[in-house]
Amino acid sequence: MPTAYQIVVCGSLVPDPLQTLEPVTTPTGPALKNEMMLPAVLDPWAGHALFEAANLAKQNPGSKVWFVSIGPKAKLQQVMMTIAQKVPFELVAIDGSASGFTEASEAAAALAEAINGIAGLDKTRLFVFGGWESASRGSGATMQMVGERLGITDQFQGVDQLTVQPDGSFKVLERIEGGKHQVSSCTALPALLGWATGNLPEPPNNPQVGMLNMRTVMPALQKAKAIKLPGDGLAFASVNLPKQRRDTKIVKDMTPDAIAAEIVEWIGKE
Amino acid sequence: METILFLAHTEADGTLGKAALETLGAAKTLSASLAGSTLVVGLVGAQTQSAANQIAACGATRFLSVAGADFSQARYASDILAIEALGKASAATIILGPASSRWNRVMAGAAQRLGGRIDTHATGIAAAEGKPAVTRWYYRQRMEGVLTRTQRPWIVLLETGCGAAWSGEPGTTSVEPLAITLPALHTTVTGIQAPAADAQTIRPDANLLFVAGAGWTKKQADGQAHADEAEKLILGFLVKAKASLGSTKSLVDLSGEGQAVLKFMTHLNQIGQTGATPRHPKGLATCCHGEEPHTVGWRFVNERRAINLNAACSWAQGKADVLYVADSFAVMRKVNELLAAK
Ligand SMILES: Cc1cc2nc3c(=O)[nH]c(=O)nc-3n(C[C@H](O)[C@H](O)[C@H](O)COP(=O)(O)OP(=O)(O)OC[C@H]3O[C@@H](n4cnc5c(N)ncnc54)[C@H](O)[C@@H]3O)c2cc1C
Repeated sequence: MPTAYQIVVCGSLVPDPLQTLEPVTTPTGPALKNEMMLPAVLDPWAGHALFEAANLAKQNPGSKVWFVSIGPKAKLQQVMMTIAQKVPFELVAIDGSASGFTEASEAAAALAEAINGIAGLDKTRLFVFGGWESASRGSGATMQMVGERLGITDQFQGVDQLTVQPDGSFKVLERIEGGKHQVSSCTALPALLGWATGNLPEPPNNPQVGMLNMRTVMPALQKAKAIKLPGDGLAFASVNLPKQRRDTKIVKDMTPDAIAAEIVEWIGKE
Repeated sequence: METILFLAHTEADGTLGKAALETLGAAKTLSASLAGSTLVVGLVGAQTQSAANQIAACGATRFLSVAGADFSQARYASDILAIEALGKASAATIILGPASSRWNRVMAGAAQRLGGRIDTHATGIAAAEGKPAVTRWYYRQRMEGVLTRTQRPWIVLLETGCGAAWSGEPGTTSVEPLAITLPALHTTVTGIQAPAADAQTIRPDANLLFVAGAGWTKKQADGQAHADEAEKLILGFLVKAKASLGSTKSLVDLSGEGQAVLKFMTHLNQIGQTGATPRHPKGLATCCHGEEPHTVGWRFVNERRAINLNAACSWAQGKADVLYVADSFAVMRKVNELLAAK
């Protein structure tokens, strides 16, 4: 198998997790209150996918990384200002909603079309990466559907490790139940990997990388195709914040021994 | 008129596990509440007859199966063909499966192939005004939505712990096998990588989730960090209480940076926004601040207690039932003593 890979990473943006989120109803379905005002970050698991892609590309000379993203143009630009400092990639931007309430199959159709539109795409060298779940819809559905649309049937989800073997095949570790991993070996490309956390720390900012990326980021944003994700056939009866706020009992004046006894009793109760 | 396909894979021993039986329970309830609907069973595995016999009395009109050595393991390229065949042969309009890692990996692809739609991580499906409606969480368990769809087939993967498992007498039933011709496969599942038995800290079925936060590695009142003692206290407790170990992001990130901290902790233990959302009846948080990106991972932990030196930590803000303002080292030392004496 060739080792000069084409690595296409799909990822969007999500509201900064430290923000308070509140659902509102709009004529087009549920949304977040002040959605356009909320500071956005790169979707965390998609971020891990991007950093793993950059690492794979670095170790295999001749490889290249594309980052394909659907998001409101202005928000994409804001997130790119930080992400583009971290690792080299070419942006393919699609101007559309990044809401968690959009329909996965519609997002997948737009992503697959954008990937198919990449000039010189060679499926025998292609890895498609993404996060295994988003922090918005959190359904783990989009990437599988992108894979189906691209005809990729070697798919892996919850990936924590990808190791290229000396013979060019690769080994994949996927999360399964009970803190374990399923180990697979795959002998051909294209392949699709939905990443979990992986093993790499977030790369530090590198202004040189940022300058290089910005040459393609700005034009990509300018020519971003505007799309609608109408959610055909999908209707929300309600979207609510969980109501229960607990009545916290704050225990300040018990000795550690007394607390320990109370905890042991609590654990033992059915 | 809905045709509901209960779609499950067998466990390694050829039976259906708890998650699958819970899904069957939900499928039965749904079928009962949708007039004119029928229930069909679809099974995938190395062998499926014993699983079919296990649920022979469930009231399904048909038992369909894709069986063989190629279907003993979770692999996208083979599983998707099995699911596609079962979906088509049953002419299902609603497909209900357990949200196992195996089905989570492939079912959205199958929805695409069958021309349908999918909702994963569902916490409920029920008929409202004669139409099925699915409940699931958005923004990493921050808000709960109820939705309906007009497209069919509609695939729904149900989380465990959301309903009672179907139970009934085993029997014998005849299974309609579907033959699948597999193309050349490029992927081989070579095994399972699990931590050594003594380092196996994640126990999804445990009664108690024990969360350790970064405080365990921070300087304590004497100006020193006590990571060695922390490690002993935590591991000792896990063994004695048969608890599952969760962590905060801060603590696993420290481990990832190679600092001399709790060695048995990996990012698989992480609970929260970018970690897991496990289901346990009880949870005890220690040396953990209880910030929102962490506590969203506690959505499905029913009873919650925390031990923190800081009475103003986030657990105090309606996130725990009880907050003990105390030193986790001192408390857990004594807890272990009491458990050892039992
Ligand atoms: C994009 C993003 C995603 C995130 N995702 C997650 C996630 O998935 N999971 C997650 O956990 N976090 C997540 N976070 C981080 C989160 O915001 C917090 O920073 C993190 O949870 C804090 O971890 P902690 O409570 O262990 O550490 P700290 O905030 O350092 O708290 C340590 C606590 O220990 C207490 N303590 C110290 N010594 C003792 C003692 N002897 N006895 C009792 N108490 C003691 C202190 O009072 C303090 O409250 C995320 C953040 C971002 C920005």
